[in-house]
Amino acid sequence: MNAAEQFQAAATEKAGDLRHRAVIQKAIGTYDAAVAKGKTRFSDWQNARSHAAQIKWETINHLDRYLEQFERKVIENGGQVCWAETAEDARRYILALAQRRGVKRVVKSKSMTTEEIHLNEAFEHAGIEPIETDLGEYICQLRREPPYHIVTPVMHLTKADIAQTFAMPATTSAEEMTMFARAKLRQAFLTADMGVTGANFAVADTGMIAITENEGNARLSFSLPKIHVAIVGIEKLIPRLGDLALLWPLLSTSGTGQPLTAYNSLIGGPRQSGEPDGTTEFHVILLDNGRTKLLADAEQRDALHCIRCGACLNACPVYKNIGGHTYATTYQGPIGSVITPHLRDAKEWSHLPFASSLCGACTDVCPVRIDLHHHLLHNRRNAVQRGFDHPLQRLAFRLWLWAMKSPTLYRLGGKLLRFTPMTPWTKTRDFPEPPAQSFKDWWEENERRP
Amino acid sequence: MRAALFIPCFVDQLYPQVGIAMVKVLRRLNVDVHYPAAQTCCGQPAFNTGCWDEARQLATRFREIFAGAEAIVCPSGSCTAMVRQFYPELIGQSAPVYEFGEFLVKKLGVTDVGARFPAKVTYHDSCHALRELRLKNEPRQLLAKVRDLELIEMDQAETCCGFGGTFAVKFPMISYAMDEVKCTSIRQTGADYVVSADSSCLMQIAGYLGRTGQPVKTISLAEVLAST
Repeated sequence: MNAAEQFQAAATEKAGDLRHRAVIQKAIGTYDAAVAKGKTRFSDWQNARSHAAQIKWETINHLDRYLEQFERKVIENGGQVCWAETAEDARRYILALAQRRGVKRVVKSKSMTTEEIHLNEAFEHAGIEPIETDLGEYICQLRREPPYHIVTPVMHLTKADIAQTFAMPATTSAEEMTMFARAKLRQAFLTADMGVTGANFAVADTGMIAITENEGNARLSFSLPKIHVAIVGIEKLIPRLGDLALLWPLLSTSGTGQPLTAYNSLIGGPRQSGEPDGTTEFHVILLDNGRTKLLADAEQRDALHCIRCGACLNACPVYKNIGGHTYATTYQGPIGSVITPHLRDAKEWSHLPFASSLCGACTDVCPVRIDLHHHLLHNRRNAVQRGFDHPLQRLAFRLWLWAMKSPTLYRLGGKLLRFTPMTPWTKTRDFPEPPAQSFKDWWEENERRP
Repeated sequence: MRAALFIPCFVDQLYPQVGIAMVKVLRRLNVDVHYPAAQTCCGQPAFNTGCWDEARQLATRFREIFAGAEAIVCPSGSCTAMVRQFYPELIGQSAPVYEFGEFLVKKLGVTDVGARFPAKVTYHDSCHALRELRLKNEPRQLLAKVRDLELIEMDQAETCCGFGGTFAVKFPMISYAMDEVKCTSIRQTGADYVVSADSSCLMQIAGYLGRTGQPVKTISLAEVLAST
């Protein structure tokens, strides 16, 4: 099966899974309530979105400048920068570094870019043990499952599912499970030789990376081991440190409804002389991996504004019914269906933009105003222009066009509707009883004036 | 006031009573309506499926057929959005199309059209009317003035019904699950009718309600407003 067929099969199965639907509806219901409350803390939420979109627009449209400024600052602060054009480049850099330093164990904080480059598999292949330290990601790792959601990796699991993953009785309390994981992870932090993180923002004017989290595990991941490697998508840049005053609360409000997450850290490089502690090495890998292809597309460039808050996934009625794993992509939901055909093989992933009713709920919640559902339309157009659609579909639309250009043929086509069309839609739903007369016929009979 | 009728292919062929109801209300309000007979489809099915070359030809054709019309009224938020919001991207030009309820409230300044509809109803916000045209209050202002009508809002009024044109055929089970979620929310209100500005959504909703044997009926906003 190709990716499109796998998607169709998985989506069909999940859409009918009522247990899954109930778990997700409950989780997202809790999220919705928290976000609605969180937004009231802004004096003008819509204006905040516009301002954030402007900051990201400025960054993305001058990305060359901001990236070079960021690199300069990181180096001035004693860090090192790797420009990774591909996932392979990023993996090669980090594995070579790990091998040079004799790294045996790596602690990782939550990072979608490391998922994107399949870093855990690469570490395991090289005989290095990666340990996820975000509780959700730790559970995913134990289950050998990819994250279900970019912000909430185990949204699809109940407490009992997690207890089972930890080989504990189903009645175990959340506190007991957390303490169990904490005991394991503390040991990992103290014995790891390298910490790997992502970044929520990369600040150009100071050369810092900003990390947002709730568990404190990221802070331990980048401060206890001697070496810190941050893998940063090039779209994470922001021009100024001061921009965080808006972007931090915007991200946490859209992501979880919190005014700010429990921990927000800024990392400005390794230990400086005279400082008592800190890492000895700080490496930033600036990851392209297809992002510059999206940057070159002026129409959809704003998709690089994304701050990975997950709001569009939570708003999406398709996501809520098929779940995150069905997409089989690193980034799920509306943003994933927009960017994946650009970041990865356009043909292989061309089905994703079509798997949407184009309802636009995603666009309305996006805190950086990405025109998500219209980009799904653009991706559909691109797919057809490049010949990725089914030849029969193309033929059907040509015939349809021919009929629609002639009122006579159009009328004739309408008569055929009198026979209930057999489509996958009518298998599960009743088609309306066709009327005796069309509006056209009615008008002609009753209203036409000489 | 003079207005051209734009009766989408969907309404023309499957729900002519919606167009007829709209004509009735407009005449009641002394609008001089005319119907350009050559009209067929605005091109939305092709546009949404990525076939922009095909859609472009129908958009151009639509512009020619409705050339010179100062106001065009349409009993569908979706087809109105196609012409007003998407034609500019497709052919660089739009046309002054108004969704029926929008036309009444914003263009004519009328909310009470003298209708009576003794029933409990709930309103389904169609995605295009809500998010492309930003029509949230207009249909509710109109329903509020209908005599003997009780509006009960559902929890998921703004949630998509799962139709989405060719989406419903390409991904029938996703569409079905969305339909089920929508209809569950409709049923929880205890309403007799679900009302909407879009007959395509109502077809999707009625398709599920009918197959599962539920007593809730569907009716267009135009038909409610035409009732006396």
